[in-house]
Amino acid sequence: MSANEQFGFLDEYAKKEIRRTTLKAVAIPGYQVPYSSREMPMGRGFGTGGLQLTLALIGHGETLKVIDQGADDSVNAVNLRDFIEMTCPGINTTTLTDEADLIQSRHRIPEKPLREDQLLVLQVPYPDPLVVVEASEDKRKVLHGEADYSRLLVKLYEDIVKFKEITISHRYPTRINDHYVIDPSPIPRWDVPKLHNSKALVLLGAGREKKIYAVPPYTRAIPLAFQDVPFRVENFYDAKGNRRTCQRCNCDTSFLDEYIDSESGNKIYRCSDADWCEEQLSKNVSEKQLHEKVMLDEQAYDRQVETAPSSENAYQALDVPQSADEIQGVINA
Amino acid sequence: MHKVLEVSGLSKRYGEGCPSCFEKTGPEFDTNICPDCGSVVAAHNLSFDLYQGEILGIMGESGSGKSTAVKCLFFDQEPTGGSATFYDQDQAYPLFSLNKAQQRRLSNHRFGMVYQNPHLGLNFDISAGGNIAERLLMSGVDHYGDIRQRAIDLLSRTEVLTQRIDELPKNFSGGMQQRVQIAKALATNPPLLFLDEVTTGLDLSVQAAILDLILEIQHQEKTSMIVVTHDLGVIRLLADRTLVMKYGRVIESGLTDQILEDPQHAYTQRLVASAL
Repeated sequence: MSANEQFGFLDEYAKKEIRRTTLKAVAIPGYQVPYSSREMPMGRGFGTGGLQLTLALIGHGETLKVIDQGADDSVNAVNLRDFIEMTCPGINTTTLTDEADLIQSRHRIPEKPLREDQLLVLQVPYPDPLVVVEASEDKRKVLHGEADYSRLLVKLYEDIVKFKEITISHRYPTRINDHYVIDPSPIPRWDVPKLHNSKALVLLGAGREKKIYAVPPYTRAIPLAFQDVPFRVENFYDAKGNRRTCQRCNCDTSFLDEYIDSESGNKIYRCSDADWCEEQLSKNVSEKQLHEKVMLDEQAYDRQVETAPSSENAYQALDVPQSADEIQGVINA
Repeated sequence: MHKVLEVSGLSKRYGEGCPSCFEKTGPEFDTNICPDCGSVVAAHNLSFDLYQGEILGIMGESGSGKSTAVKCLFFDQEPTGGSATFYDQDQAYPLFSLNKAQQRRLSNHRFGMVYQNPHLGLNFDISAGGNIAERLLMSGVDHYGDIRQRAIDLLSRTEVLTQRIDELPKNFSGGMQQRVQIAKALATNPPLLFLDEVTTGLDLSVQAAILDLILEIQHQEKTSMIVVTHDLGVIRLLADRTLVMKYGRVIESGLTDQILEDPQHAYTQRLVASAL
């Protein structure tokens, strides 16, 4: 960045507008406040809404974490972090949820509960939950104003009729402060309860759709559901009823991603939140030590095998029968 | 008897309007278009009372303002003037001075509307049960089992096969669509029901069945109804009292029998005489 470039890429008027919009969004929980959404040096739909919020809110000496589907090192996160680092000299970046003042995220809320002094910015592709049932924005505004979400509930009803349960996997419509229903961005259902009475302020920015809205701290956030068909989050139980665990850190309480192991072709599961996985891994000290001990034993064993006298073949050194004749001999004996 | 609705001086004008609109239109002038400003006076100075369990017929030719009057009362349109008071559970609601949210609340909870065209009353993209559920959800019921049961009850009540509850209304015949629409309108047990040309376009046997259903509902639920139609047969069968409208004005009103047997206004006389 050259000396005459603006801190935070946006000019001060743009930042001021975004901050004012943010204040309004916090004052009216769940209400989608329109704003001008400046042109950014990346395509709309790549997180420009979240980016503008971050640029308008971050300051010198503050620490930023950027995640994309839980990971700090996927393309969207890396590019956004690089851009913010480049245009905001004097800020720190981290991958640790604990250390971050501001977390910009796509599709996930960190597993670790956020604190009051932290701020979560979510990138939103479609801000209006009513868009699936009403095409006209004018009419949607009236429906929002009168808190008439019966048509969304009809959608849930039809889901239950067809599939015996609510099948929305992400973007689960959630009622904020008993009035406005928001689209909480494509976070999985798993993360929706984290919005309820969240200690941290959650800001949602939709760059392409030019809307900012908020779930303020300690605000009710209730997912739409029926009395007798309550909202539920994803479960990670296998066919036998055991909770699947992260293959890497063994955590059995986190949101898991499914992978196909490239060697064995089997399904494996890992924590979606990279920082959480790292932390669990280092926490499982005893297990790790045990693991290390096993490794050491194996190495010692290997060495023993290698240094075994009068033998080039480890199997021979261990007196393991090698040929078919030998095996037959062992059986006969 | 308990009064449900009191309408006085209801007017609806499309266009800018001028002071002479109301003086230069009406049956005497044979037009409802103001010669000075070109505004259309769809309804003017409509006044009537409606009591519990009563069916009021509004009869008239196309464009006489019958539907407009009902649409104003159901908040589909905003009237230009006049007032209407709805009496419900010991409360009086001045319909036209309520705000939009209150109006929507009333029309969701306490009114029912059945349109001539099922496309207006039903959402064809969701199942028959979903359509009924929508109205229940609007009125704040949030128990899936209850909604399901109520939808089944209503459909069997309106003689729609309950096995077809999860089918889309577009797979239904016209008569069945109309029954689903009636079931939807009845979902919240409204004390006031508006029926806008409900039997128009249906064949005679289906018409008879639907009219039977309406009478049955009136007897069982003591629902008050306003029936808009140009069909004298429907008026004769359903309505206790009748208003005859032409060019936006009421030209004759009274007991249905009286109007049909002894019409006073020339237009009504012609109407009755021309009935097959």
